[in-house]
Amino acid sequence: MKFSMLPKAFAQMFKKPWTNKFPAKYAPSNTTKFLENVQAGKAKIIPPVETPPGFRGKIQYDKEKCIGCQLCLKVCPSEAIEFKPEGKKIKIYLARCTFCSQCNDICPTNCLSMSNEFLLADSNLYSKDLIVE
Amino acid sequence: MSKSSTTKSTYQIPIVPIHPALKEPVFFEFELDGEKIVDVDVKLGHVHRAIEWASRKRNPVQILYLAERICGICSYCHPIAFSLAVESTADIQVPERAEYLRVIHGELERICSHILWAGVAAHEIGFDTVLYLTWQIREKALDLTEYLTGNRVTKAITMIGGVRRDITQDMIPKVQESLKYFKDNFEKLRGIFLDDKTFKMRSQNCGVLTKENALKLCAVGPTTRASGVKKDVRVDTSYFAYGDLDINYTTPDILTGEVNGDVYDRIIVRLLEVKQSIDLIEQCLDKMPAGPIVAEPKIAKLLAQLKKANGEGVGLHEAPRGEVIHYVKFDGVNEAPYTWKVRAPTYNNILPWIPMLKGQQIADIPIVAASTDPCMSCTNRVAVIKNGNRYELNKEELHRLSVEKTRRLML
Repeated sequence: MKFSMLPKAFAQMFKKPWTNKFPAKYAPSNTTKFLENVQAGKAKIIPPVETPPGFRGKIQYDKEKCIGCQLCLKVCPSEAIEFKPEGKKIKIYLARCTFCSQCNDICPTNCLSMSNEFLLADSNLYSKDLIVE
Repeated sequence: MSKSSTTKSTYQIPIVPIHPALKEPVFFEFELDGEKIVDVDVKLGHVHRAIEWASRKRNPVQILYLAERICGICSYCHPIAFSLAVESTADIQVPERAEYLRVIHGELERICSHILWAGVAAHEIGFDTVLYLTWQIREKALDLTEYLTGNRVTKAITMIGGVRRDITQDMIPKVQESLKYFKDNFEKLRGIFLDDKTFKMRSQNCGVLTKENALKLCAVGPTTRASGVKKDVRVDTSYFAYGDLDINYTTPDILTGEVNGDVYDRIIVRLLEVKQSIDLIEQCLDKMPAGPIVAEPKIAKLLAQLKKANGEGVGLHEAPRGEVIHYVKFDGVNEAPYTWKVRAPTYNNILPWIPMLKGQQIADIPIVAASTDPCMSCTNRVAVIKNGNRYELNKEELHRLSVEKTRRLML
């Protein structure tokens, strides 16, 4: 066929676009303000594409279960985990985390797990949302 | 009457690291006669990131994730080549099921990479409609990757002695559904890429690499196979489970009956390899035996075992772009490797650019440069900076350094 792409291109004009327009149909000029509006109920957010089971998102830490063995510090490739000797607990800096879940695998008490939360962008690397302890 | 003093001379233009036509940071210096390329010079070293140096203070499990970040598209083949090297050093036997799972992930990465490349190639010749079509298919491949490994790009699936995640019985329908989607769309893609007039006009007899040159310059991967050289690590050494699977060299004469070594042939080879990869994944799903997926599930125990490892190992893997080689050496005292060296496939595919580009027109530079699927971030390893000044090493100096390094490694 000479121009085999033409029929497909025309057919696409009547189809829904593939892109999921998250968070809104038109990108808001001020995201923080947009999120405030969403919380106040003034604007509607288009949800992101759902994550599959087993997705590696923000780490969750069960402080009670942790025995302070420091094995996770040993395998963390980006040295994102800090040991706190006073309570024998750990502190995870998500700004450095590479979301490999290697610490989850090595943990003998299974106190670490991955959630499906992935909206973690922040201008402050040490903000409350980016530190797990 | 004197002769006219205006004589035609060649002129030079640099096409420098950040250039809209090139997707990768590489420095080209072209000598041109009108529109025709007379000579080419390639310079590298714009994205050196000291990854090998960073490995000196990390243990092998940490290096897996460091290796993954050498390249975004080959985020599976670098860690897997590294773990092959480590396994051969420490004599770790990989369970059979893990071998099959490794093939599945490797071939899935090949599908992603080749479809991505096809889109980029279409974009380079100005056919952006095809770029969007191919990347729509790639999106499905990435969704499957995310489903199997947990993330879309940085897969984190490799573990020394196996893989980290199993493909359970309830996951297979989804995998087969995606494979069916690829197969259905593959025929459409093949029609567009191989029969469309626009593609034929721009890619036939463009950027020719002859078989002699491909052999002489040690080209690897689809670049060399498109020139008719039968070279493929999967067939030549049959690592993983490739020995049990039905696999053969992909050369363009399977489809067209002749080998030209031009950009069109490189498109054919990559598209045929996508089909081959789909077929290989299906074979693996059929033949995969039950059993453990990793040799040593306790990572603390594995690290203790690797600390005792003494010796050197080489890992070879057929990455989407060609043969990737990882060399690793442990001294048996430190947890971190004594040395780690990566040779990415693009390194071999740089020199073939020169015969490919000579005699072409300026407008052909993007498609010819893209036709080897270069990945500069993988390749760049050596940039010497001393006292803030960058300098280049000449041959004698390099030889001296090489001899010194050999002596140092011999301990």
